[in-house]
Parts: sequence; C-alpha cells; structure tokens
Amino acid sequence: MSRKLSYREAMREAMHEALTNDPRVFLMGEDVGMYGGTYAFSKGFLAEFGPERIRDTPLSELGFVGAGIGAALGGMRPIVEVMTVNFSLLALDQIVNSAATFRHMSGGQFSVPLVIRMTTGAGRQLAAQHSHSLEGWYAHIPGIKVLAPATIEDARGMLAPALRDPDPVVIFEHAALFNMEGELPDDWSVDISSAKVRRAGKDVAIITHGGSLPKALAAAETLAAEGISAEVVDLRVLRLLDTATIAASVAKCHRAVVVDEGWRTGSLAAEVMARIMENAFFELDAPVARVCSEEVPIPYARHLEEAALPQPEKIVAAVQEMLG
Amino acid sequence: MTDHHAAAPPAGPVPWKKDFALKLLADMVRIRRMEEKAAEMYGAGKIRGFLHLYIGEEATAVGALHALSPEDNIVATYREHGHALVRGMDMGAIMAEMYGKREGCAHGRGGSMHLFDKATRLFGGNAIVGGGLPLAVGLGLAGKMQKEQRITACFFGDGAVAEGAFHESLNLAALWKLPVLFCCENNLFGMGTAIERAESQTDLCVKAASYNMPALKVDGMDIVAVHEVTKQAAQRVRAGEGPLFVEYQTYRFRAHSMFDAELYRQKAEVEEWKTRGPIHTFSARLKAGDKLTEEEFLALDASANAEVDAAVAFAEAGTWEPLEDLLKDVHTPAENAP
Ligand SMILES: Cc1ncc(C[n+]2csc(CCOP(=O)(O)OP(=O)(O)O)c2C)c(N)n1
Ligand SMILES: [Mg+2]
Repeated sequence: MSRKLSYREAMREAMHEALTNDPRVFLMGEDVGMYGGTYAFSKGFLAEFGPERIRDTPLSELGFVGAGIGAALGGMRPIVEVMTVNFSLLALDQIVNSAATFRHMSGGQFSVPLVIRMTTGAGRQLAAQHSHSLEGWYAHIPGIKVLAPATIEDARGMLAPALRDPDPVVIFEHAALFNMEGELPDDWSVDISSAKVRRAGKDVAIITHGGSLPKALAAAETLAAEGISAEVVDLRVLRLLDTATIAASVAKCHRAVVVDEGWRTGSLAAEVMARIMENAFFELDAPVARVCSEEVPIPYARHLEEAALPQPEKIVAAVQEMLG
Repeated sequence: MTDHHAAAPPAGPVPWKKDFALKLLADMVRIRRMEEKAAEMYGAGKIRGFLHLYIGEEATAVGALHALSPEDNIVATYREHGHALVRGMDMGAIMAEMYGKREGCAHGRGGSMHLFDKATRLFGGNAIVGGGLPLAVGLGLAGKMQKEQRITACFFGDGAVAEGAFHESLNLAALWKLPVLFCCENNLFGMGTAIERAESQTDLCVKAASYNMPALKVDGMDIVAVHEVTKQAAQRVRAGEGPLFVEYQTYRFRAHSMFDAELYRQKAEVEEWKTRGPIHTFSARLKAGDKLTEEEFLALDASANAEVDAAVAFAEAGTWEPLEDLLKDVHTPAENAP
C-alpha cells in the first residue's frame, strides 16, 4: 500500500509529527506562524500548537538562529526555519562559529541538538539574491550534518532522525521540489547516513542531489531510449558524504557524471569527483565529468536562468560525449 | 587621544558580613594571582595563542557572579578566566587548558578563550565579539519554555554593542520577555578603539533602553555596588519581568592581549585608573570598617598563591592529548547524546 502526497505535505507531516511527539520540539523562524510558513509548510500549526511553539521571529537571522543554538543547549529541540539559504548568510557566524564548534571547543561537554531548515536553489526566476545553491559551503564545515531530501520519502522521513541527532543538522529543501507529488509507501524508512541509488544502470553513474535529482532521472530516461543505461545516485546526505555508495556505483558503471546546482568552481561536485579519484580511480574508463551551474549570478530572465542551471539536456549531452 | 579620567576611588562602609566580604575579596585575589601567573607563563612560552587578562576588572565578575545562583546559565567572552574561576571551575583545569593539556577543561581544544564547564553551566568562552548574545537569548528561551527558575547572564564588552548581534539579541529578549541579564563590561576600549571612536551614542544604557528594557549603570570598580545592583537586577529578571541590561563601568589595567603595544592610551590614564583598583580599594574599605586585618589579607593572598602554584604544577604535569584523538568531539557519540 502507498499513498500520494506532495513534498510540501510530506514535510508538513514530518514537522507535525515531531511537534506532536516531543514537547521539546518547537518551530521558529520568519513567518512560520500567522503567515503559515513562507512555503505553507506550517499552515495551521499556530492554531494547533500555539505561539510559544510556533514562534514567529522578527527579521533577525543571526539572532534567531543563535537563539536556536542556545535553546538547544538549554534542553529544547528547536527546528529553526530560515526562509532561504541566501538569508542564512546573515546567520552564518552562528552556524559556523557556534553551532559547529561547541562540541569540540568544549572538549565534548556541550552538544547542540538543533535542526536548521532552509530553502535552496533556483528555477523560479527570483534572480541573483534568491537563487543560491550554497549547500556545498555548508558541507565544508566539520561539526554539522547536511541533508538534501529530494524525494517524497526523504521529505517525510529525514526530519525525525535529524531531530534525534545530538548535533546540528542543516536541511536543504530545493524550492523546485515543493509541488512534486509521489507515492509514499506505508513501510517507508529512511536514514541520514547513506546515499541511495534511485535508478539502477550499468553504463554511467549520474551522481546528484536535491533539485537536480528529477533532472538526472529525466536524463536517464532519455538516455535509456538511446540504449544507454544510466544509474542515478542521490547523495541525500551532503555531509558526511557516503563515499562507499559513490565508489560502488562507479565501480559498476566505470563512468561518472556529477550533477550539482552549485557553481562549478569549488563545488560539492568537485569534492565528489575528488573522492572518485581517491576511491575508484582504477575503475574508470573515462575522466569524470560534471554538470554544474554556470559561473554567473543566477539571472532573472527565464531563458538566461535556464541556461545557467544544470538541465536534463546538458546531462544527456555530457553522457553522450563521454561515451563517444 | 581622548582622556578617560577616573572618578574618585570607591569608598564608604561595606554593608556585608565579614565572611561574605572576605570571600569576595579572596576571589578577586585568586583571579589576580592566577592571571599574573598566566602572563608569566605566557612569557615563558608555556601558554600560547591569545591571552586576554581581566586584571583591573575583577570586581565585576566577582560581584556579579556572587549575585547569581549556581543553577543560572553563564555566557562569557574570551576574557573569561575570572568568570570561570568564580563560577567554581577548578584552577588546575583552567591552567591546564591554557597550557593546551589533556587535563584542561576542554582537553586543549579551546585554550584561554574557550573555557567551558557543564557542571557550573558556563557556556563559553566565546571569541566572536557579540557571538554569545544570541546564545544567551536561546538559553533564556529554553528556560522560559521549560518554566525553569534559572536566568541566563551574558557577559560582553563595550565593543560588542556595535555588533548587529547585540541589537538583534536585545530586541528578541525584550520582545519575548526572556529571563536574560545582559552584563556589559564597559572598559572603554575594544582593543585599541576607544568607545567614543566606536559609538555614536556612548551612553550604552540609552541604547539598551531603546529596546524597552530597564538599563542600569554601575561603577564596575566598586564590588559592593556591582553586587548589590546585580542582585537587584537578577531578582527582577527571575521574577519574570523580562531582560535587563547592566553596564559595568570598568577599566582594563593590562594590554588587550599579549600582542598589544598600547599605543592608543596614555600611561597616565592607566595609572589614574589604577587608583580605583578593585582589590586595594575594597581592602581599604574593609580595614577601615574593621572587617579585615593585614594578617587576614596576607593569609588569603598566600592561599591564592598556593592555589596558583598547585594549578601550575597540575598543568605542568599534564599530558598531551594523543594525536589519535585529533578528530574526537566533532560529533557526539550516540551514548553521550544530550
Ligand atoms: C566579530 C569579531 N570581530 C573582531 C574580533 C577581534 N577582537 C577581539 S576582541 C576585540 C575587542 C572587543 O572589545 P570589547 O567587546 O569591548 O571587549 P574587551 O576586549 O574590551 O573586553 C576585537 C576587535 C573578534 N574576535 N570578533
Ligand atoms: Mg571593551
């Protein structure tokens, strides 16, 4: 048995469950309450859980993300929602200098069981200050975990283990996925430690995450029609990366294309490629390729924005070129 | 260069029982002796990195912390040796941490700027100026949501008042009526930048009051005033009146850190402020009121020195965290989850 629901509904259910099951959990962020959530993830929560636990904040990213860290230190299990990754830059100090460091800096005395959720990604013609994909930056930081749910199952299931995790977890939700619908099996279960093969194949491994997953799956479909069998690996967990699953897929397909909406230079894709070099170099029949965003602030006009981002056609072209 | 003239030294009778007065005096002396030794050990190459001494400002931490409960949360800055010691941390664990030894409170992961102690609820040792304030807001929020009696006292310098974090934090704490006591240690300088070169409004209480919270000013060199004002402030915060801001007007006698040539202030100004030194002025007041004899002072000083010697011996005898443990405490092992 399974049932159909959207990514948004899945995320909403996950938060609802967490708020219902654990009195220490509360949701805090800009417009999470009266407005119902910027993306309607928390619609109805204010009436149900009250203003203490569905806490609207002023425009104060540094302040309320830091307050989330403090509340976690004080025994609560906060879910802090930052409208988008772009605005999280105003809170970067607290995330990188406090949340990520306290465990180590205190010699193991203090943990920060905090979940920070934020929207990421382009594709909605919101131009250069609302379209960043900076999850690769966060994945650089020891002391935090970074998740990128890209399926209905993960949208439904990743929050609970993130809240159970004793350390800070940052969840990136790609805006292009929110209206996506899919089947959620009754017996779903997810972890926050492994990458997953979303489509099995044998000729090339397409390794991706987040909003690029549907694009990679579409590309694999196109390639199948041409007789090319592509495997699609969803990283899911951007830190700590599941190197074994990446290496296993490369060992099976002997070719790999990494797809990442981050900019190419210094990207998460670069890190995945490096791990392939380190762990599966002798399995390769061709140099690893990548499809990333073009090195330009994401432009507003639709055709320019589309041209700047990874697209199924670009992925198909990269695979075709690799296979000669 | 602006002169920051010092007012007359704190004076007048001490309205405390002798035991209590001597306890606070002893704590100031313990901090002073510990830090003098730390400076010496810095010179000897035993302590490295940044070392920010609190010398001259002891009345603030001692007077204020003795007005709080052991259950309260404390958030402090990188100039926190005194706070850590008064809170009840073992001097040996502090000294060993400065040495970078495994026996330090953070096994050498933090050093002088990052003293943490779960037992006494000391949440750092935060070396991003202003970085502790949002944490204090969150600790206050957690306390309020869990209906705890504890309050959160957050110490920070005058320099932090220029940071966005200060303004966001005071706004949130006042908006949500959180039990947070903002303790601003105004020593007139942020490194080499005098307050009037950093603040359009040098009356910091005016800034705090603009967030709709009570703001009190107190002579931070006068331990009696510090203690009484903090006690009153803490009571109000604990009673659920919301946050409160206290400005402790103090002065640092030593350089900002060990790398500071002090080009930004006159030696005469420092000397003038030393006439207000918290230890000798408090001692004089106690002696005048027959609450302290010279023998008693010498005895508590000797005891502080003995404690320092033991702390140094402990640090010297300490071991180095093995390199195999380099990656320890980045994530929390499941069995230690909070
Ligand atoms: C965000 C940030 N900027 C700059 C510094 C470097 N810095 C360390 S201490 C300091 C002065 C802070 O002055 P104040 O807050 O008055 O505290 P004090 O040192 O006087 O106790 C500066 C600029 C820092 N640690 N953090
Ligand atoms: Mg200062």
